[in-house]
Amino acid sequence: MQAQEIYNKLEKQFPGKIGLFRGDIFDPCLNVDAAAIVDVCRYLRDDPETSFEVLSDLTALDWTKKDDDKIQVVYHLFSYGKRHQIVLKVDLPREAPRVSTVEGVWKAANWFEREVFDLFGVDFVGHSDLRRIMLPEDWVGHPLRKDYVEQEEYDGISTQRAPLVDKLLK
Amino acid sequence: MKPLLNSLPETVFTTKIDELLNWGRASSQWYMLFGLACCAIELMQTGGPRADLDRFGCVPRATPRQSDLMIVAGTLTYKMAKRTKLLYDQMPDPKYVISMGSCSNCGGLFQIAYSVCKGVDKIIPVDVYVPGCPPRPEALTEGLLRIQDKMMSERWLVKEPAAREERAGT
Repeated sequence: MQAQEIYNKLEKQFPGKIGLFRGDIFDPCLNVDAAAIVDVCRYLRDDPETSFEVLSDLTALDWTKKDDDKIQVVYHLFSYGKRHQIVLKVDLPREAPRVSTVEGVWKAANWFEREVFDLFGVDFVGHSDLRRIMLPEDWVGHPLRKDYVEQEEYDGISTQRAPLVDKLLK
Repeated sequence: MKPLLNSLPETVFTTKIDELLNWGRASSQWYMLFGLACCAIELMQTGGPRADLDRFGCVPRATPRQSDLMIVAGTLTYKMAKRTKLLYDQMPDPKYVISMGSCSNCGGLFQIAYSVCKGVDKIIPVDVYVPGCPPRPEALTEGLLRIQDKMMSERWLVKEPAAREERAGT
């Protein structure tokens, strides 16, 4: 199934919730309304024509441009049976990024969402186990956000390193 | 490493107690099986038949409680830094540390990353720094010989408390 056909199908099924389709790029993508993401995902998985049985990646982006200030969660879907793929994007406000979990649709989303929570601080509502997955549990902040400020020290270990020039001049 | 003194005919063997103790220690450095990143591949090569650490009496031990030497081979993250400190504390005295490669020397290529510790010397005392990214097995063997030199120069039968404290402080 071509990306354009998937888009038309979704547009028909969820009017007003789908937008910004780009089909001329390597990974065709479209935007989905944050409130509708679980329904759209379940529909794409269960419909025999689309049959997206794999969530191959779930990640996020931090946009800090003035007119584009948002956190964007990205879902990469793939179908082994139909050999087609699509990318879904969800825009969230930077102050309180929050979206429903798709863990109920694909189990694999569990760890992906934990990673996005760890590094971007996105709150996945309804997630069964939303803890940090890679950084230590007592870590402060979400380091892949553009407004992340590095702490002076972590658990007594200094995070600073004197520049080599200063060292040589001493 | 200096050979043991042997000025008498072959049936008699004379040496200093210090030298004998140190010769025994330097010829049986058991290092901890402890690889953090790509330097660990070179560490395995150094233990393999070509560089052959075994000829210096070095054998890998799978527990810190039986190890004399810790070779920190690879990028040290803050999460691992706490564990590394714990492992170091579990090793019995006298213990030695080789910092292998740029990453454990100073953070190396990844020192600007939020999660990478800027050098293993921020958490534990280091005896020998081996430069390289990663160091060749020959370089690591050289570092091991420097540790042997250090072992041979230590004195164990001194009575002065100051000297003993100095020894314990290493």
